[in-house]
Amino acid sequence: MQNELVQYTLRLGDNALILGQRLTEWCGHGPILEQDIALSNMALDQLGQARMLLQYAAQLKGEGSTEDALAFFRQEGEFRNLLLLELENGDWGKTIARQFLFDTFNYFQYTALLQSEDETLRAIAQKAIKEVTYHAQWSAEWVIRLGDGTDESHKRIQEAVDSLWEWANEMFVADAVDELMLEKGIGVNLTEIHALWEEKVAQVLAMATLQMPAETWAQTGGKQGDHTESLGFLLAEMQSLPRTYPEAKW
Amino acid sequence: MKQYSEKEIWEMLVSVPDPEIPALSVLDLGIVREVVLTGEQTLIKITPTYSGCPAMKEIEENILKELQAQGIDNAVVETILSPPWTTDWMTEEGKEKLRKFGIAPPEGSSADKSVLFGEAKKVTCPYCQSRNTQMVSQFGSTACKSLYKCEDCLEPFDYFKCL
Ligand SMILES: [Zn+2]
Repeated sequence: MQNELVQYTLRLGDNALILGQRLTEWCGHGPILEQDIALSNMALDQLGQARMLLQYAAQLKGEGSTEDALAFFRQEGEFRNLLLLELENGDWGKTIARQFLFDTFNYFQYTALLQSEDETLRAIAQKAIKEVTYHAQWSAEWVIRLGDGTDESHKRIQEAVDSLWEWANEMFVADAVDELMLEKGIGVNLTEIHALWEEKVAQVLAMATLQMPAETWAQTGGKQGDHTESLGFLLAEMQSLPRTYPEAKW
Repeated sequence: MKQYSEKEIWEMLVSVPDPEIPALSVLDLGIVREVVLTGEQTLIKITPTYSGCPAMKEIEENILKELQAQGIDNAVVETILSPPWTTDWMTEEGKEKLRKFGIAPPEGSSADKSVLFGEAKKVTCPYCQSRNTQMVSQFGSTACKSLYKCEDCLEPFDYFKCL
């Protein structure tokens, strides 16, 4: 049970950390200044959530583990984030599509975690839900703006949603960890969240004049540590400083 | 070491500014939740505004520095997450200071926040008090602010979002 709770917390924390790291890549490269700032702010929210979750995971693990050790000194196979979040940013449309699919999921996930039997996860959810609500609102608005925009933006956001669909499916595939956490009242019910997510996504895509992709298979493995090659490159950059100068202080 | 009362400690914290909006003290913001005196320890409990707020570390250090300057060397700052900070805890005095600083203070209660895509909130311009304003971007110069512009005096301004 303790081990499953560590795994569950790491999944939440790694999702926030890896998406936050991906979003920071946009800093200085956004299409306009306001949106560059928006993504940097969302990255900061994600990193803040990652810190709370990894601190908790470190505390549960014990043996001198720390949030920094978890972020900077774990190997690729020890990360538990969704594959969707480690994929390269691609163009603006792909970044927005990924953000929208995940933010909508994350909104329902943290709403459900407000009722968690685990006191710390519940406190973190109370904090995170306020931020995630703003994120979900922002990314849904962008999907509508791009879908209902020019022929080019419509084409690109549709392609992005289509290409990310099988990766997004991993969010709803429950394994033994998810099942045990649900049974204990700690974790969320992914089947219920899937239904809420589909309804919301269909509504936004319709407003964006976009097609809902056909049902397809799920790319899985991220939650168990089996990642795409993209994660290795991301970690190489993220971890290089603390690994080169392990005692660095500033 | 001189023994101070809880009330005296609260009064000392009035002079600790928020690093990002120095016009506001940590008390105006409502991030100091509790002062606990045990005799051995002066415990100050604070709560972050946003989870990624980069100012928290500095706030913690500024609190310790201020208390040390008053001769208190047993102070400890603890960060608590629950209940989460809300703009409802910002004092009226704090909101007035924000307005004078050129930042529109949060309007209404955090409870009425629009879920998923609601209409952008109408906000009063801190310069000319016009209600004829437009949201330019949900995310402004920091995570806790949105960027607005006034259609009457044409000034851009920050709005401290409800949370
Ligand atoms: Zn004005």
